[in-house]
Amino acid sequence: MAELRASPSSADDRPFPPGEYPVVVVGSGPGAIQVAYALRRLGIDHAVISADPSPGGMFRRWPFFQRLLSWTKPYAPVDRTSRAYERYDWNSLLADEPENRSLMPSLMDGTSYFPSRPEMERNLATFVERTATRIRYECPWTATRREGGPEGERFVLETPDGEYRAQVAIFAVGVAEPNAPSTPGIELSHHYSTVRPAETYAGRRVFLIGKSVSAFELATGLLQWARQLILVSPSPVKLSVDTRSLVGVRARYVQPYEDHVLGGGVAVLDASIEAIERGPGDALTVRTRRSADASELAIEVDDVINATGFVCPLVDLPTVGVTTFGQSRLPAQTPYWESASVPGIYFAGTIGQGSAGLKKHGLPSNSGAVHGARYNARVLAAHVARTVFGRSVERPPVTSADLVPTVLSELATAPELWHQRAYLARVISLDPGEGPRDEGIVPLAAFVDGLGDDGTADALALTLEADGTGTIYPVLYLRREGRVEERMIEPDPLLRFDTPAIQARVVEIVDEVRSEIVRK
Amino acid sequence: MASRDEIVDQIASFALFADLTTPQLERIAHMFEEEVHPEGERVLRQGLSGSAFHVILDGEAAVVIDGNQRATLSRGDFFGEISILLGEAPGADIVASRELRTLVLAGPQVKAVLLDNPPLMYRMLQAQARRLRNANRWRS
Repeated sequence: MAELRASPSSADDRPFPPGEYPVVVVGSGPGAIQVAYALRRLGIDHAVISADPSPGGMFRRWPFFQRLLSWTKPYAPVDRTSRAYERYDWNSLLADEPENRSLMPSLMDGTSYFPSRPEMERNLATFVERTATRIRYECPWTATRREGGPEGERFVLETPDGEYRAQVAIFAVGVAEPNAPSTPGIELSHHYSTVRPAETYAGRRVFLIGKSVSAFELATGLLQWARQLILVSPSPVKLSVDTRSLVGVRARYVQPYEDHVLGGGVAVLDASIEAIERGPGDALTVRTRRSADASELAIEVDDVINATGFVCPLVDLPTVGVTTFGQSRLPAQTPYWESASVPGIYFAGTIGQGSAGLKKHGLPSNSGAVHGARYNARVLAAHVARTVFGRSVERPPVTSADLVPTVLSELATAPELWHQRAYLARVISLDPGEGPRDEGIVPLAAFVDGLGDDGTADALALTLEADGTGTIYPVLYLRREGRVEERMIEPDPLLRFDTPAIQARVVEIVDEVRSEIVRK
Repeated sequence: MASRDEIVDQIASFALFADLTTPQLERIAHMFEEEVHPEGERVLRQGLSGSAFHVILDGEAAVVIDGNQRATLSRGDFFGEISILLGEAPGADIVASRELRTLVLAGPQVKAVLLDNPPLMYRMLQAQARRLRNANRWRS
């Protein structure tokens, strides 16, 4: 079993002492571990520093009720060490060595489809140990500055151990700082991150600010303890089974909503929260205004819990020019997860959701979860290796006879396409001179805007997409002379994307671009 | 970065939202998401399906058809609604001509939000009527 806590360390036995490195990675959650692993495989020298004493990031503490929302299917239709298995396993990190792949299922005790929090923490620690990924723990990044020099600009990251200088800084610090709205009296509430043990809410009236996943997670855990639960925010509740995406309350936490609609006593209100006040007696009064008719409603409760989420702990990055946006203060990013305002600063892990991609039909990427972010990290590491450090990458040729089978095989099994729908694409370039070549996985937004590492030559990009109706279908993008067109393929009811019908459509589409190549 | 309260203050002054009450504006601020696009980035892409409705909070955007700039949009303007209402891919690129912040509503949510907020629908209809009138004047 992996050691969950690093042994007591002195500055001497920890890796990566302060100094100059080509790349510094900050963090020790899944995003940082995955990007550090990928950089090492590409031979890019780097340091990894983390404020935490052990690997795991947010999984060292949360989810509060100690079981994940993301599943791992131990018995799947494909072999556990195969690339195709990653579709069924949302929680393992990606390794090139077969023995380090898909670690999660072997660490689960069989009682659930969803790993417990300690199992997930062990999964990440085991990956770090087996892949010998080195991290300097208990080395918090405290400040940042930019420094000019003969070899160009460097980022200087300050820590209590000393300063780190790097051409590239990759921050994988999660979206982990509690967010507090500016409501008068908010100090009388406590945040999700400081919720007490569930049994201390026995017989109490609990008011939850928010109707997101975290609010419903708490409500689910408090159902058998609280006397009354009231969930309030201005907009109506969204359920993931309705949005057909990770947006909204996930199925595991829908129980309080069912209780509400069946009249069990849980209240779910659409209202703005105007103030929280003390009294009467030891109670609290929450003043709300209903969204529908602006009527006032005062609600007396014993506890107010603020479940309005988290923001990015970006320390002083905004002061060095990093633009942020939205409620979570995510940094604005390019399709390759580079700060849109400060080149050289990149983001990995859940912060990568700031690179929204095309968000077709309003469906976000899965970059906020391990099963999406792990692929982003691998693409990011390859991008940095190629564009900053000039490393050449493999571009295997695809023979003309293999073109259609390659497309079908990727559509049917590629985990990058399954998990990052309409976000990551497999690109096959179609340069008439060198013939079709596999350019690897490219962010779709970069491909359609001609900003991808694959260049701007004529090419075919393969994706899987969804439109919010519950249907998943392949889409091929054709880039010819810089102009991109999309070609949708009819869905298959059993999600088999290598059927004869789909093959016939792929042949048709590939023939469109083939004829162009021949003409040239 | 703007908090939801700040977004409510900002959009209260936009013609599109002028007839909504404060609680309705708060609800809108919760339903829309904020996006930021650096200068030069495409926000909507001509011919690609699945786009969204945007209201400009700050910055400027160019309307580009087949590579030719046709119009400029700025704070309080909105775009993307035509392709959503017609169920077609956008007929133009919208490109951030300087850093652009928008409030975004996913295409599939637009109908419900318009039906739930008739004053918003009326204001949008007014804007479309104005555009149609201007287009007709330009042609005649």
